[in-house]
Amino acid sequence: MSEHSTYTPGSGVEKWLDERLPIIRFSKEHLMDFPTPKNLNYFWTFGAILVMCLGIQIVTGIILAMHYTPNIGLAFDSVEHIRRNVNGGRMIQAFHAVGASMFFVAVYIHIFRGMYFGSYKAPREILWILGVLIFVLMMATAFMGYVLPWGQMSGWAATVITNIFEAIPVLGTPLLELLRGGFSVGNPTLNRFFSLHYLLPFVIAAVVALHIWALHVPGNNNPTGVDVKDSRDTLPFHPYYTMKDAFGMVLFMIPFVWFAFFAPDILGHPDNYIQFNSQITPAHIVPEWYFLPFYAILRAIDFNLLFINSKLLGVIFFGGSIVILFLLPWLDTSKVRSGNFRPMFKWFYWLFVVNFIGLTYLGAQPADGIYVLLSKICTAYYFIHFIVILPVLSRIEKPRPLPTSISESVLAKSHA
Amino acid sequence: MATGAVAGVGAAATVWPLINQMNPDASTLAVASIEFSLNGIEPGQSVTILWRGLPVFVRNRTPEEVAEAQNVALADLKDPQTDAERTKEGHENWLVMIANCTHLGCIPTGESGEFDGWACPCHGSQFDTAGRIRKGPAPTNLVVPPYEFVSDSLIQIG
Amino acid sequence: MFNTKTILATLAVLAGLAGVSSVQAAEDVVHVEKQSWSFAGIFGTYDQNQLQRGFQVFREVCSSCHGARLIAFRTLAEEGGPSFSEEQVKALAAEYEVADAAADGGVRPAVAADLWPSPFASEQDARDANGGALPPDFSVLAKARGVHDAFPFWMFNYFTGYSEGGPDYIHALLNGYEEEAPEGFELPEGKYYNHVFPGHAIGMAPPLADGQITYTVEEGQMAVPETLEQYSTDVSAFMMWMAEPHLAGRKQTGFVVLLFLIVFAGLMYGTKRKIWAGIEH
Repeated sequence: MSEHSTYTPGSGVEKWLDERLPIIRFSKEHLMDFPTPKNLNYFWTFGAILVMCLGIQIVTGIILAMHYTPNIGLAFDSVEHIRRNVNGGRMIQAFHAVGASMFFVAVYIHIFRGMYFGSYKAPREILWILGVLIFVLMMATAFMGYVLPWGQMSGWAATVITNIFEAIPVLGTPLLELLRGGFSVGNPTLNRFFSLHYLLPFVIAAVVALHIWALHVPGNNNPTGVDVKDSRDTLPFHPYYTMKDAFGMVLFMIPFVWFAFFAPDILGHPDNYIQFNSQITPAHIVPEWYFLPFYAILRAIDFNLLFINSKLLGVIFFGGSIVILFLLPWLDTSKVRSGNFRPMFKWFYWLFVVNFIGLTYLGAQPADGIYVLLSKICTAYYFIHFIVILPVLSRIEKPRPLPTSISESVLAKSHA
Repeated sequence: MATGAVAGVGAAATVWPLINQMNPDASTLAVASIEFSLNGIEPGQSVTILWRGLPVFVRNRTPEEVAEAQNVALADLKDPQTDAERTKEGHENWLVMIANCTHLGCIPTGESGEFDGWACPCHGSQFDTAGRIRKGPAPTNLVVPPYEFVSDSLIQIG
Repeated sequence: MFNTKTILATLAVLAGLAGVSSVQAAEDVVHVEKQSWSFAGIFGTYDQNQLQRGFQVFREVCSSCHGARLIAFRTLAEEGGPSFSEEQVKALAAEYEVADAAADGGVRPAVAADLWPSPFASEQDARDANGGALPPDFSVLAKARGVHDAFPFWMFNYFTGYSEGGPDYIHALLNGYEEEAPEGFELPEGKYYNHVFPGHAIGMAPPLADGQITYTVEEGQMAVPETLEQYSTDVSAFMMWMAEPHLAGRKQTGFVVLLFLIVFAGLMYGTKRKIWAGIEH
C-alpha cells in the first residue's frame, strides 16, 4: 500500500528537479519512507541480497567480457588468459563463477521463503509470477554462461540441453538447428550464447524492477501472513531495513568470499578444465548443482505414455515442473498465508523441501540402480505436492487462530 | 560511525581491482621490453622491427650519413636536437626511431627525400639522416624510444 | 551412549576414512590416498624448492611428450612459484625454439615472454609417437582431475576448501603402476596396468623410477630422496603450480578479506542492533 508522499523539496534545485523528473520524491517514497512490516525475519533480507548478487554478476561479467573471446578456438585460452595475465583476473573470474552459485543459493532460499509464508497468495500473484519469470531467466543466463569457457562440461551441457528441443514433434529438428546455428554445438552456438548471456541480465534487471514495483503495491508480506492494519504495524524502510539488509548482505558475503578465495573450483567440475571435444563424451555429464533437481526430473521419465515417447514425456515433465510454479497461487487457495499457522501444511512443506534436496542429490547420480526408482518417487511427489496436496489442504485444513494484527503478535512474542 | 569508515575502506578496496583490471596485463607488460640483435645489419642498411605494436627503424648509418647529421646547425631545425642527443655514445652509427611520422602517423620511406633521410609519402614531411624534421608539416623529430646497448651487438628497447 | 570417548572414537574413524578418497572407475571404486600438500588449506603456499625440483622432473622426463602451452617462461620467475631468477629464465627459454612467422626459417630461440613450445608439431604427430593416445597438455591438468569423496565427506570438503584432488590423483597415478596385470584382467597390447587409472589400461609407460633424476643439493640443505615417491610428489606440486600460479596470493588476499568481512559484519550487527533498540519486533 503506497502512502501519499510526504516529501517536500528542500532547495530550489530540488524543486526544479521534482517538477521535471521526481526521482528524489520517488526514491524517498520507495527506498526510505516505505512502510515495511516491523516483524520481518532474516529470510526477508534475501531480496536485497539477490539485488547485490545481480549487481556483482553484471559488474564482474562486463569486466570479463573485456578480455574474453567467444570463438571456439580461443575461448578456453582466453579464460585462462584472464586467470593468469589480467590484473586481478583470477579474483574477478572466481567471483563471477562462484557468484552464479551464490545467486542460486539466495534465490532458492528466497523462493522457499515465499512458499512457506504464502507470499504468492492474493494480492501478490503477479509478484510471484514475475519472480518465477526471473528464476527462469536466471536459469537461461546461467546455462549459457557455463558454455562460454568451452570446456567438456560446457559443450556437452549445451549439446544435451539443446537436444531437449528436438523432442518437440514436427518442429523439433528445425528448431534445434535454428538454436544451434548448425547441426551440432559449434562456433555459431558459442557466439550467440555470448551475446544473449550479456543481454539477459539486463532483461532480468528490468523484470526485477517490475517485481519490486509489484511488491510495493500491496507492500511486503510478513511471517504471520496477516495484513498490515495501520502504521503501528510498520517501520520506515530506512534506516531499519536498509541497515538490516546491509548486514544480511555482509553476512552473505562471508561464505561467498570463502568459496571465491579458498575453493573457487569446488562447485564446478574438473572436466571443464578439458577443452570441449565433440568426439569424447565425459563419463558423467553433470549440470551445475542448481540445475540438478530439474535434471533429475528430466531423466526420471524413461517410459512411454500412449503415443508420447519417453524423450518427449521427459521434456514435458521437465518444463511442467517449472510451469507448475507459475500456477501456485491458484493451486493453494487457503485463505491463511503463513505456514506458522497451518500445522498440516507445515509438514508437507518440509517434506517438499526434503524431496527437493533429494532430487538435487539424484540429479548428480548415474541413471542406474536404485537411483532410477528414487528419482521417479521424488518426481512423483514434486507434482503431487502441487496438484493434489496443496489444493486438498486448502479445503480440509483447520488453521491455528491468527493474531489480529502484526503489532499484536509482536507484543505477544515479546511478553511471552 | 566506525561502521561507516570501515565500509568506506571496504568499498575502495573493492573498487580498485575492478578498475585496475583495465591496465595492461602481465602478458602485455612482458613484451613491453624487447632485445634485438644488431648482427648482420651492414652500414647503410635499415631494418624495421615491431615494439609495443609500433614499427621501429633500426639503421646502421654510414660514416657519411653520420657526418652529415652532425654538421647541421641547430638554428636550421624546427625541433632542435643534436645528433648526439639522438644516439648513444660510442655507437653513433646506430639510429633507433619509432617509424611513425610525427604529423599523422604514416611510415616514412627510407633513403629518400631532400635531406638523404626519410620522406613521408602522405603529406611530404622530410627527415634528415638523424631523423629530424627539416621540411613539411610534421612538428617534431621522429621519436627515439628508450633503449640501451646491452652489448655492442644487442640493444634492449623499452 | 554419547560419552566423550565414543564421540572422539567416532570422529577418529571418520577422519581416517576422510584420508582415503575414491576415483570412480566404472563399477570398481579406486581409493586414492590423500597427501599433505604445502599449498593446501587457508594458509597454503607453494614450497619453492619443491617447485624447482618438480620443474626439473617435468623438464627432464615429462616435457618430451607433454606440452604446457599456457605457461609462459617468465612465470617461472614470478613470486609465489618456483621463483627462478630472471637470468635463469632467460637462459632456459633460449634453449627452446618457437615458431615466429617474422623470423628466419620461421623459428627463433624463445624469450621469457614466450609460451612453452609443444613437443610435437601437430596432434597427429603426438598420437603417432604414443600408440594413438594423445598425451594431455599439463597447463591445467592438475585441475582437470579430481577425486570422488563418498557422502558425507564431500560435504566436509566445502568447509575445508579441499582443492587438491588433482595432485592427489596424479601422485596416486604415478605410484599406481603394477608390473603385472592381476589374474583375469585382459591388458591390451601396448598398454600398462595402473590400478588408479579409470579402466586400468593406461597408454603411458611408467615414466618415473627410483634414481632416475639427480637432484642438485645446495650447501647446507638436507638431501632430498631420489625416489619415485619423491619425484611424483614434486612433479604433482609443480603441476598444481602450472594450473594455479597465483594460489598463494589468492589465499593471502582471501584471508585479509575474510577477516575484514567478519569484523565488518560484527560492526554492522552492532549498528543494526543500535538502530532497532527500543522497537518491538
